[in-house]
Amino acid sequence: MNGWNFVIVGYSFVFVGLGVYTAYIIRRGRTLSKQLPPERRRFLG
Amino acid sequence: MTDTKLEIGHELSSGGLTTTGTGSKVTKVLGVAALVAIGLQLLFGLYYSGPEVVQGEAVRLFYVHVPSVLTAYLGFGITLVASIIYLRKGSQFWDLVAGSAAEIAVLFCAFTLFTGAVWGKPTWGVYWQWDPRLTSTTVMFVMYLGYLAVRRLDLEPRVRSRRAAVLGIVSFLNVIIVHYSVDWWRGLHQQATFGVDTKLDGLMLFSFFLGLVAFTVVFAWLLIHRFRVSWLEHQLRLARLDEALVERRAEGTIDGTTGAIS
Amino acid sequence: MIRDAVLIAKKDLRIEFSTRVTLAQILPFGILNLLLYGFALSPDLKVVGAERSVLEQVAPGLFWLAVLFAAIMALGRSFAIEAADGKLDALQMAGIDPAGVFLGKTAAVALQIFLLEVVLGLAAWVMFGPPLGSAMLLVTTVLITTAAIAAAGTLYAAVTAGSRVRDTLAPLLVLPVLTPVLLGATLATDAAFFGPTSDGTPWLLLIAVFTLLFVGVGMMAFGSLLEES
Repeated sequence: MNGWNFVIVGYSFVFVGLGVYTAYIIRRGRTLSKQLPPERRRFLG
Repeated sequence: MTDTKLEIGHELSSGGLTTTGTGSKVTKVLGVAALVAIGLQLLFGLYYSGPEVVQGEAVRLFYVHVPSVLTAYLGFGITLVASIIYLRKGSQFWDLVAGSAAEIAVLFCAFTLFTGAVWGKPTWGVYWQWDPRLTSTTVMFVMYLGYLAVRRLDLEPRVRSRRAAVLGIVSFLNVIIVHYSVDWWRGLHQQATFGVDTKLDGLMLFSFFLGLVAFTVVFAWLLIHRFRVSWLEHQLRLARLDEALVERRAEGTIDGTTGAIS
Repeated sequence: MIRDAVLIAKKDLRIEFSTRVTLAQILPFGILNLLLYGFALSPDLKVVGAERSVLEQVAPGLFWLAVLFAAIMALGRSFAIEAADGKLDALQMAGIDPAGVFLGKTAAVALQIFLLEVVLGLAAWVMFGPPLGSAMLLVTTVLITTAAIAAAGTLYAAVTAGSRVRDTLAPLLVLPVLTPVLLGATLATDAAFFGPTSDGTPWLLLIAVFTLLFVGVGMMAFGSLLEES
């Protein structure tokens, strides 16, 4: 057994997972920013 | 993968502290570094490095599996420290840091369990074994899912934050006890099977450390951005509260000078 | 602090005595658990060449599972009354030490869990029938484990108190935490029944350390957990 299929499945899960989570964070950040007046968009205040 | 790159690239080009994105100059650099590191990690992990004598190609899963679990521990460690500071100082900042770090750490914990299972199948012949590390990591995973659930409790925000902080501290202590007890429990029957006969050559070790660096940078980027999202949510809640106060003041139900409910 | 603890424990036990939920609902639920385990595993199931039936061999683990599930229900009620009236911090305002509240509630819960253990233990022994080896080890195990479940359980019950999702979230929180206790109690009980007794001692130590840790953390953290603003 060479194990390539397992490697592919494992890597796909991790990197697709990272991609989806990143996309979710960015989208959520944008949506929230738009709902706030500009002066409250500072992240550390 | 390509989709992700586009998404991040797009985000980076539109970044800026007070625009609609979540990026800033420093995090742009961090984002690019994260992407480059992941690119290199994939290149070395899947292409340049070779198969291992005992494990064969499955050894490549190590380069994401071990960095994942270390990143998860890093995240839970940050939750612990941030929770302690929150209980001391009571500043919203640290509460949000604790929650953000835990969420990302849970994600990496899921990566650890998944890659562990698909590594186990070609190596052990089964997806799941009652291996001490695998078992205690699973318990840790469930425990922090509970922590995240507490962060969404239907309670007053400050009460919820305080309880979550206590949990963030206790959970870390639990991880240690659970780890040792499971280790002990399995120690009665067998030795830990992980990586016993593994011999990593130079390029394999390099791929492994590259994975470690890549995941640490990715973690930092995610943590900053997840924190910013939480911060925005917090600001939005405050803004809505302000609006409600203004409205009620206009209705005359609140004393305009003191803000006290009459 | 001790005086406060006694006060709280008395109050909780008095409420329990007047409603009798532990006696009339949780205890039967525990016994039902044991019955269901018997159905699921079948009393005739035997590994080829083994002396005892599977049910007899795993009886210690099954007993502790039944105790855990029953204890979870008892713990869920520990804060029900204060939380429902939004009176969690009333105790504190009344000048009662939070550490005392924690100890008192833990003691009240421990007493109920102990009662459950005695009855469920007898039931499990009758139903699954393993021969008892060391009564001394068994009694010690039961006592230490009771304290462990009560201390950790009370702390976690306070975390979810007053929430609408309490009933689903509390088990999710407390069961993984009690993993070491389940492992330790099961193996120590196993040693008490099938020997050798010395196998049980390290596990008792583990559960004792666990208990001390949770009593310590509970006493320190209860103030933060009870505040309601």
